[in-house]
Amino acid sequence: MTRPAARGGSRTSADRLARLLNLVPYLLARPGIEIAEAAADLGVTERQLREDLELLWVCGLPGYGPGDLIDMAFDGDRVTITYDAGIDRPLRLTPDEALALVVALRMLAETPGVANREAVERALAKIENAAGDLVAAPVEVRLPADTRRVAELRAAVESGRALRITYYTAARDETTERVVDPLRMLMVGGRAYVEAWCRRAEGMRLFRADRIDAVTPLDEPARVPPQAVPHDLSDGVFRPSPDLPLVTLRIGRSERWITEYYPCERVEEGGGDQWLVSLRVTDLGWARRFVLGLGPDVTVVAPAELAAQVHAAAVAALDAYATPPPPRPAADPPAADRAVATQGQ
Amino acid sequence: MSRTRTERLVNLVICLLSTRRFLTAAQIAATVPGYEHDPQDARDHEAFQRKFERDKAELRELGVPLETGTASAFDVEPGYRIARREYALPEIPLEPDEAAAVGIAARLWQHAGLAAAASSGLAKLRAAGVDVDPQATLGLEPMVTVDPAFAPLTAAARDRREVTFDYRVPDRDEPSRRRLQPWGVVCWRGRWYVVGHDLERAATRCFRLSRVVGAVRATGRPGAYEPPVGVDLISHVARWSGPVERTGRATVLAAPGRAAGLRRWAVETGGGPDGDRLVLPYADPESLAGQLVGYGPDVRVLDPPEVREAVIQRLKEIAARHDDLAVAGGAR
Repeated sequence: MTRPAARGGSRTSADRLARLLNLVPYLLARPGIEIAEAAADLGVTERQLREDLELLWVCGLPGYGPGDLIDMAFDGDRVTITYDAGIDRPLRLTPDEALALVVALRMLAETPGVANREAVERALAKIENAAGDLVAAPVEVRLPADTRRVAELRAAVESGRALRITYYTAARDETTERVVDPLRMLMVGGRAYVEAWCRRAEGMRLFRADRIDAVTPLDEPARVPPQAVPHDLSDGVFRPSPDLPLVTLRIGRSERWITEYYPCERVEEGGGDQWLVSLRVTDLGWARRFVLGLGPDVTVVAPAELAAQVHAAAVAALDAYATPPPPRPAADPPAADRAVATQGQ
Repeated sequence: MSRTRTERLVNLVICLLSTRRFLTAAQIAATVPGYEHDPQDARDHEAFQRKFERDKAELRELGVPLETGTASAFDVEPGYRIARREYALPEIPLEPDEAAAVGIAARLWQHAGLAAAASSGLAKLRAAGVDVDPQATLGLEPMVTVDPAFAPLTAAARDRREVTFDYRVPDRDEPSRRRLQPWGVVCWRGRWYVVGHDLERAATRCFRLSRVVGAVRATGRPGAYEPPVGVDLISHVARWSGPVERTGRATVLAAPGRAAGLRRWAVETGGGPDGDRLVLPYADPESLAGQLVGYGPDVRVLDPPEVREAVIQRLKEIAARHDDLAVAGGAR
């Protein structure tokens, strides 16, 4: 056998061994459980579970006689462990398992607006107690958010009704009213979001809780269409798509924080102070406000259209300061219709 | 991997759990099926030893507490056993709502390694008789993500071992090598930090995990230091980002229907023939100026003069910087 294959095999064997050591106490705690139910609960196929049982059946205490081997009674599709050969308890938690559970529970306990926080805290105390020294690794969690606002939104989402919301879209700098069918509430990177079907945009959208200025539950139930697909958030909230405009900026040292706060497609660290940074933006209008707001240490390299817009906006603003009121009305091109507002501070 | 090997390992665990005496490798070979060999045959014996070493390593990796010792003062060969007290998960009497919370927590991880650890931890709780409602929800669920430096830093903090890593702050050109006695890891406003005693600076420091470049190496021996008693890790991180008091008031003129973002945090809004007057609270005139410049000609500062001047200054510099490009690109 080649080495990589042996290692791959070893991984599955470790998984199977862990599963087998859990299986005896699992079944002991549930005498007469249906095999199908146990398999579903344990996340294995019925066939796998039966193979596991067959293997356990020939394992036991030294001597390996009839009274030493693990024994079980089958009653139709139900199984009961009648002799456990001493593996009546699962193995204690490993440091990683304890850490993973404890940190996730602390996250839950710290999440503003979470239901039944008290149960989370009780569970946390018990797991920490059982894990003992393993969680001596101090991991502390503090999530910010407007607790009252989030709790109000959660109640609205849980009402199961469609919601009328007033929402600020940073990508277009506008506040709109829309009717949404909420699916769930989540917290990503310390921010709360409502994921909902937006009837205006006819698509699934993530609405940042701190940009929902008002919410009114309607008299009709929330109906998320079957074709709606929840967001995959494994790479964060804003997943730049390659068909969005690519903006390239030359930035000075003091503006390098941009590379930490925005997903940049390319960062070229040239000699000297200047870096070239490329990022995808949902909207050029947003990019114009972004660049203007960043300050004088940022220059648009591409697209030329954006550089022209930035220049025109700065010149128009300066003209307005030079001439007494009334200020001239803004010449802002209408932005493309985009509903997701995940960019902006 | 063969069924035989799994069978042998299960029997090995059962055997070592059942013994109070330490069993030598030879005794184990004579007892547990699958280790049969001829100890007189050098090659056969060596094959057995390799097999036994692999099996021990696998059990340890799984977290099985394999104890080593000798059965009596006369024994030279080390023996093995598993202390039941160390092996078994203690009783965790979880109420149904508590079990549901653990079940939810276990699926929050977006990090593959910790997600696997959380679900195998949960599997052990279920094996201990805890029933977990898979449908339960708490209404609002956080996605838990961590940086690659999280695992080595938490392990080092747990073992109280010094670490060395390269750390890069964006406004510096090169990363710098840091030596740290980590006290713990903190999630603050969705970002992860490590807090500890910086051996280069001889002072308490926090580091953002996302700025760690490359691997974190544990360099010292375990138990090398003690974190201060009752240390409040959060306070060390939060110190740098306390609440901002917006005591200043600026008045701006916003074009009708424009600058929606500013209107949301205006404390006063008054209409007028030339646009809406918004009163905005602020802390730092320069950062307010940056925000206002973002709105271009839609927003004009009336007061105070320092904000107005800062905005005009910025606009001039931006216009100058983009002059050539604008001509090249053609204004629209």
